[in-house]
Amino acid sequence: MKKLILAIALLNSFTGYAQKYMTKTGSVDFSATSSIEKIEGTDKSVACLLDAQTGALNLVIQVKSFVFEKQLMQEHFNENYMETDLYPKATFRGTLGNIKSIDFTKDGEYPTTTNGKLSIHGVTKDVQVKGKVIVKGNKPTLQASFSVLLSDYNIQIPGPVKDKISKDARISVKCALEPMK
Amino acid sequence: MKKKLLLSCLCALISTTALWAQTDASELDMLLTQDEQSQKEYVRNAFKSPRVINGHSMEMLGKGVLDFRILHRFGSIDGGVNQLFGLDQASMRLGFDYGISRNLTIGIGRSTLNKEIDGFVKYRIIQQSKGHNSFPMSVLWVSGMTLNTSEISDPLLNHIENRIAYYHQAIIGRKFGTAYTLQLSPILIHRNMVDRNSDKNNMVALGIGGRMKLSNRTAFLLDTYPILYGGRKNYNQMVLSVGFDIETGGHVFQLHITNAHGMNEKAFVAETTQKWSDLQIQFGFNLSRVFTIVKNKSSSF
Repeated sequence: MKKLILAIALLNSFTGYAQKYMTKTGSVDFSATSSIEKIEGTDKSVACLLDAQTGALNLVIQVKSFVFEKQLMQEHFNENYMETDLYPKATFRGTLGNIKSIDFTKDGEYPTTTNGKLSIHGVTKDVQVKGKVIVKGNKPTLQASFSVLLSDYNIQIPGPVKDKISKDARISVKCALEPMK
Repeated sequence: MKKKLLLSCLCALISTTALWAQTDASELDMLLTQDEQSQKEYVRNAFKSPRVINGHSMEMLGKGVLDFRILHRFGSIDGGVNQLFGLDQASMRLGFDYGISRNLTIGIGRSTLNKEIDGFVKYRIIQQSKGHNSFPMSVLWVSGMTLNTSEISDPLLNHIENRIAYYHQAIIGRKFGTAYTLQLSPILIHRNMVDRNSDKNNMVALGIGGRMKLSNRTAFLLDTYPILYGGRKNYNQMVLSVGFDIETGGHVFQLHITNAHGMNEKAFVAETTQKWSDLQIQFGFNLSRVFTIVKNKSSSF
């Protein structure tokens, strides 16, 4: 009897807080492709934590982990533009607006709007991102795509290469989340 | 008894709640910090290019990257205005370096001076890293060979082996923070034939190379090779080059002043006779243009 009560109590204490989902292997695609040059990088080590109860969404991107086709481009991305020695991480701290409308137990696609703070290159800005949550087999996958103006984040493009780099960077995020143990 | 148990259950419940109540942000940070502590991160970009100015640097080319290098040295500035401070004359070396893997580079080049061809193999034994299992410096090895393709006037001596020289070099370097790099690179040069009977076939010099970053795209460089053994007195001089790296897109320009005419290891260490003190120095520039031959694997979703 005692054991049963204990078991139930413990179980309760866990189930109440088990609605968190996370991954450390989400991916981000970055593109500043211009008409002259293809500039695309991919990072597959994005950490993402979603609280299904409050809708709190946290993302941490290791900026150093972006891989580009051209090694020199990758070097320039790290050294000259993102200054990853100084700013190794980009983060997003926000809240999914319509978390209550998402049923994490039912397969389906749920459009979302997330408001939050995006920090890149040491600059933090309020952003609103439209995306979707795809639930399949009790596991949600977050997907979003948006643009950032490089100058907003104090990322300077020197004169000689001004035409080669798009002023807007296209960012696509995809995180397949697992329930947190 | 039962009450006591319920109470303890409640306590357990509260404590687990408290544990979970910390913000998601700090929870995620904590998890990631744990990961980072168990990871090793290589220190990159100690120099902008695989050469300091004349000599090899601790930096390597990436895998599948071809570096096309055009080195240019004008005449000595002590020629004065009549020679436009040396700009009337020019000597060059064309070279191709290729990264076979991230730790192995091979290269060939040809210099105007003595119509000399040179080739080398450069291998990085250890790369400086930080984090878990880190190593505080990079260690590299370079071995090369030079061949003078101009004929020796004495037919008795005009054998190809007499025009060959070898060099072997160890490079030990460290990048301090983000702005400073220092490397020591002792070099042994063996010339199969030397000018005078009293000259030594072997020469040893201690290369010292340094970089100070001025901005993201420019850096100040120093490259010198004091001779430790085998130099002829009042003849062989220590090479000293100072200059700037300027990076624009796919190019790196190195603008510098040096007292060396030669542009391969044997030539600039063993054949430099000009003196800084007599202003027997010259302007020079290195132009490096890299091409990506084999692309990094990067897939998009």
